[in-house]
Amino acid sequence: MSTETDALLGEVAERAYKYGFVTDIEADTIPPGLNEEVVRLISAKKNEPDWLLDWRLKAYRHWLTLEEPKWHNVHYPPIDYQKSVYYSAPQQKNELKSLDEVDPRLLETYDKLGIPLEEQKALAGVAVDAVFDSVSIATTFKATLDEHGVIFCPFSEAVQNHPELVRKYLGSVVPYSDNFFATLNSAVFSDGSFCYIPKGVRCPMELSTYFRINAQNTGQFERTLIIAEEGSYVSYLEGCTAPKRDENQLHAAIVELVAMDDAQIKYSTVQNWYPGDEEGRGGIYNFVTKRGACRGANSKISWTQVETGSAITWKYPSVMLLGDNSVGEFYSVAVTANRQQADTGTKMVHAGKNTRSTIVSKGISAGRGQNNYRGQVKIQKGATNARNYSQCDSLLIGDQCGAHTFPYIEVHNTSSQVEHEASTSKVGEDQIYYCRQRGLSAEDAVSMIIKGFCREVFQELPMEFAIEAGKLLSVSLEGSVG
Amino acid sequence: MLEIKDLHARAEEAEILRGINLTVNAGEVHAIMGPNGSGKSTLAHVLAGREDYEVTHGEVVFQGKNLLEMEVDERAGEGVFLAYQYPVEIPGISTKYFLKAALNSIRKYRGEKRCDTSEFLKLVKDRMKLLGMDKSLLDRGVNEGFSGGEKKRNEIFQMAVLQPKLAILDETDSGLDIDALRIVADGVNSLRSADRAIIVVTHYQRLLEYIVPDKVHVLADGRIVRSGDKTLALELEEKGYALVEGEREAVLPAPA
Repeated sequence: MSTETDALLGEVAERAYKYGFVTDIEADTIPPGLNEEVVRLISAKKNEPDWLLDWRLKAYRHWLTLEEPKWHNVHYPPIDYQKSVYYSAPQQKNELKSLDEVDPRLLETYDKLGIPLEEQKALAGVAVDAVFDSVSIATTFKATLDEHGVIFCPFSEAVQNHPELVRKYLGSVVPYSDNFFATLNSAVFSDGSFCYIPKGVRCPMELSTYFRINAQNTGQFERTLIIAEEGSYVSYLEGCTAPKRDENQLHAAIVELVAMDDAQIKYSTVQNWYPGDEEGRGGIYNFVTKRGACRGANSKISWTQVETGSAITWKYPSVMLLGDNSVGEFYSVAVTANRQQADTGTKMVHAGKNTRSTIVSKGISAGRGQNNYRGQVKIQKGATNARNYSQCDSLLIGDQCGAHTFPYIEVHNTSSQVEHEASTSKVGEDQIYYCRQRGLSAEDAVSMIIKGFCREVFQELPMEFAIEAGKLLSVSLEGSVG
Repeated sequence: MLEIKDLHARAEEAEILRGINLTVNAGEVHAIMGPNGSGKSTLAHVLAGREDYEVTHGEVVFQGKNLLEMEVDERAGEGVFLAYQYPVEIPGISTKYFLKAALNSIRKYRGEKRCDTSEFLKLVKDRMKLLGMDKSLLDRGVNEGFSGGEKKRNEIFQMAVLQPKLAILDETDSGLDIDALRIVADGVNSLRSADRAIIVVTHYQRLLEYIVPDKVHVLADGRIVRSGDKTLALELEEKGYALVEGEREAVLPAPA
């Protein structure tokens, strides 16, 4: 590559994480380490019912029998699970009735992240359930949601106020025994979001949660559960950034989605956890289990993700297509720069008749980043006339990065149609030259080429998120790309 | 407007331009002709600033400024436009978005105010008419899936929108049928003006029937071996590049 492009890429590799700062707030933290007592303590602190404690303990005991998975194509030093802190809550004396009562330093943190709650309330019409460390701080737009019968609240609150719903659906999509990280989460999950859309209701606003890791060495074990009853619709946005850290932080979240007859769930993520420095030191380990179940006929679940952060991303948002005519979609942009590693993709399991799934995966590798797409399409025996279309594109920037594609296709019904397309390309110097000849700076040129590459995914995002995602990509690849 | 003095340039080990001297004044149209491999396209890209070429000697002064010291995008800001022989595809980015970003980048460089959307659309609509282009092209990815002719037409359309001071057309006629050629030539002619210079690089005389040049230069082995008026192009058409063979040997040592 030309010296110009090299210099550009060099800058990316050296970019500093823009959101690296720590808020100094006295935290209610338990000592590091994991044992049955810790599980009981977490449950007790949250005043949980016995059935939930039992469930956590079952998970914990099962976890002890499991080994960390090794099949993925990512590399990291062994994680010492005894060094993590499994509970940390910001100190709050009383229940908060409005934002005015929230610790101003917390609000400041959100401002730095560009998430001013007040402004968002007014401008975007987005209800924000902000998760700061492990306890949810502020919930807005509650009244409007109440009117429609929509429940949107911190997970711990749902356990108290809607135990029957939580008990019915918790672990129904991702069982506590699902995998090493999901099992760990099931034992020690701290908080998260709960969302219930009643029959026939179209959720009046986009729902959004911002996750943020703050206290030192605090593993984050969020849990999200979204239930869309018959004929309902919800669009849920999740976005996160994390402050700069020297030690790797483990993040093992679970998201479970349930869609009944004719229901539709659109789940969008912009993930920007701290990726580590140019040598990969200090980044977040992001081991997430996300799965949706299209239980009802004609139901639809769409995952859209823009993954730019984390030292390691291990994530396969999946859809179980159980109901006849149900639809699963996965649109993904994953960026790896510096020493970032991503092993991400999806699983589409077709069980119902006439089920359809679409997979569009865009991997961008820069610096010494390694990007893996791992996707499974499974057509079960009863899935007559099932259809899948997969498209998997990789874009390379520089000559030290890598892109790898691992498609797994399993078909047990001859009436089905499965298509897989894959491509790999480089950001062409001739493209950059062409853009610059028209007057664009080299940075703008690269940014534009990448946006074009990601267009099919960005157009699936809600508008304000798409703009944010574009900006994030520019920041992430600043110097690197865009 | 443009003064090229003893310009030498190489790509990797091969010296391609071996001492070009050329002066182009505002308002003029110059044609640069020559056989394959004579260095025509190299000259076009060296002026645009392509990094694959290394300028080893000589200077290029554009509107009183040293062009060779400038980055590619700075040259564009100064008003240099190259219509590519092989226009590049930018998938997923609409022509409209691309052109607006380009126009505003150039305006920013010149310290002019940004072009807002309504002003831009008016400008674009006007220019599209000029080139008989379909509006749907604006929303398609830049050159994405365009035919060869559409790509060429799109280059001239971009030129019409960006209004450069110096336009260099690199084999714009290649791959065009006669109707498309006429439309493209009409577009170029409508952009002729007293404060704009145009350099037309072409292998054939055909294009020059429609874009009538003020001067014609013949390039061979990296040097301009003959210059004349438009009749030189006709003479070349008739006699072929053998016409310049003599001059070529006169200026170059015979191969050993």
